[in-house]
Amino acid sequence: MEQFLTSLLGDTIWVHIIMGALPLVFILPYALVTIYLEMKIAAHMQDRLAYMRTGWHGTLQPFADILKLLQKEDTIPTAADKILFLLSPYIVFTGTYAAFAVLPFSKAYIGSDLNIGVFYIVAVSSLVVVGLLMAGWASNNKWSLFGALRSAAQIVSYEIPSAFAILAVIMITGTMSLNSISDFQSSGIQNWLIFGGPFPMGKKLLLFPFMLIMFVIYYVASMAEVNRTPFDIPEAESELVQGYNTEFSGMKFAMFYLSEYANLFVVSAIVTVLFFGGWASPFGTFMSGPGWDAFWFITKGMFFVCVNIWLRWTLPRLRVDQLMYVSWKVLTPFALFCVLAIGLIVVW
Amino acid sequence: MNPVKEYFNGVYLGVKTALIGMRVTFSHLFTPAVTIQYPTQKMKLPERARNRLYVNMDDCIGCDQCSMACPVDCITIETIKSTPEDNLGVTSTGQKKRLHVPVFDIDIAKCCYCGLCVPPCPTECIKMTDVYEFAEFDRHNLIYSFATMTPAEIETARVKAKKMEEEAAAKKAAAAKAAAEAKLKMAQAPAAQSATTSPVAAPQPQQSAPVQVGPLPVSAQPKADQPTAENPPADAGPKQE
Ligand code: SF4
Ligand code: SF4
Repeated sequence: MEQFLTSLLGDTIWVHIIMGALPLVFILPYALVTIYLEMKIAAHMQDRLAYMRTGWHGTLQPFADILKLLQKEDTIPTAADKILFLLSPYIVFTGTYAAFAVLPFSKAYIGSDLNIGVFYIVAVSSLVVVGLLMAGWASNNKWSLFGALRSAAQIVSYEIPSAFAILAVIMITGTMSLNSISDFQSSGIQNWLIFGGPFPMGKKLLLFPFMLIMFVIYYVASMAEVNRTPFDIPEAESELVQGYNTEFSGMKFAMFYLSEYANLFVVSAIVTVLFFGGWASPFGTFMSGPGWDAFWFITKGMFFVCVNIWLRWTLPRLRVDQLMYVSWKVLTPFALFCVLAIGLIVVW
Repeated sequence: MNPVKEYFNGVYLGVKTALIGMRVTFSHLFTPAVTIQYPTQKMKLPERARNRLYVNMDDCIGCDQCSMACPVDCITIETIKSTPEDNLGVTSTGQKKRLHVPVFDIDIAKCCYCGLCVPPCPTECIKMTDVYEFAEFDRHNLIYSFATMTPAEIETARVKAKKMEEEAAAKKAAAAKAAAEAKLKMAQAPAAQSATTSPVAAPQPQQSAPVQVGPLPVSAQPKADQPTAENPPADAGPKQE
């Protein structure tokens, strides 16, 4: 795609601007759809109807929400640390948006095909923690601070099992580029890493249970990293008002909101790339091509977003100690064991 | 249980219960919603649901029973007596209407929908309806006036009633006067006979007193009757037996 744009526009700055802005073009409609989906799924799981008045079945409600957020007065607490307070939502969003740079939406479109793609994602998503800590600290509100601290503790703890899961995939594929990882799993659903990857039958069968466990570990860890229920203790409404974003309103709150949903897509996309073939069509060469690739990538990503919403409305929030227990005493040892096992199988 | 077993059991249970929960929520995703779209769709009210009151003024006889039954005193009724020549008609239950009802206000804001005002009504004209959407911006709009009389009608009714009352008062005064005269006459008559009656008459007043209570409410009568106590015992005697 970059070559295509270069041939179209010449080697100008515009090529880079377009390449850089494309994910934003995706994020905004995606956020609207997901906000709508979230409310609808939540409501129907509780035998309710959710929005029904705005447009057909309330389809215009997300627009109304955005409009409301835009009009809202943007307050800054007098005792807040102004600079950090103003900066934090943008840092959080930047951290989230930076991850989009290496997401392979299609074989033809990837913002930057870094050869350390996965590593880059792990690194930049840590920027989100900094933003959250800043938000909580600068608000000068004890609930916000608690939320921020919890969030930092949680994200740092869960990065370990998720890094192990990523490590396992890297051991199998031998590459860190998300595009190459997807390419590795192309040509059919049986080659997806969750089913053992493109290996002979025996190896596949051996790999399958470990990959399944790894997938579960990564999915749970990623859910914790995006602060979604059942791991939403940084926001814990019942204890902490709204956590780190209590004091934010208007556009700044919208930024947090947007980055939460964008982050949700990023982790779902990574799950897709690591275990479910990324942009690869499940039918081999059938329905593949640049356009179809993007379709499969977004469909798979949205599927995991929906699963996340499904889990959110199923499970209650964990306690802080349970959260740490799950991370350090369950996910991490299991992940370690699986990494070891997968390593042995790959070498064998 | 040994710790290792407990640990693995915990992990197994955690995963299993999460999956069970997911199954439950997933099945609910496709069960029809129980909510209804309220203003456009409404629930069927149960029979005898208690909501806004309605008074059918054509049947109201102004007996004030409902107002007396009301625990929060939210019904205000004023009545004017009708004159014999006014024909107010009969209610649907066949009762003759004798009173004009110029004021019949129910302060529905105070009403607690207990329904206690409904059963006492002799003509069954105050009743609960199924209307429950009557919110107002001003609470004074919640005082419902059911009276149907126009101010002019009320005025004529008042004047007539007053006139009738005056006539009645005049009649009463005349009656009282007549009674007083009668009393005077009677007082003179027994005085002549007192010597013969006194031995028998002595216990009479105590015994005859309860008998007098009955006809007491009949206006203007007591005064006329009072002297009978002093009447000759020949009259009073057989009545008591
Ligand atoms: S329903 Fe109860 S409170 Fe309301 S007017 Fe009748 S008696 Fe009074
Ligand atoms: S009880 Fe019935 S008839 Fe009597 S005043 Fe009330 S509404 Fe009228």
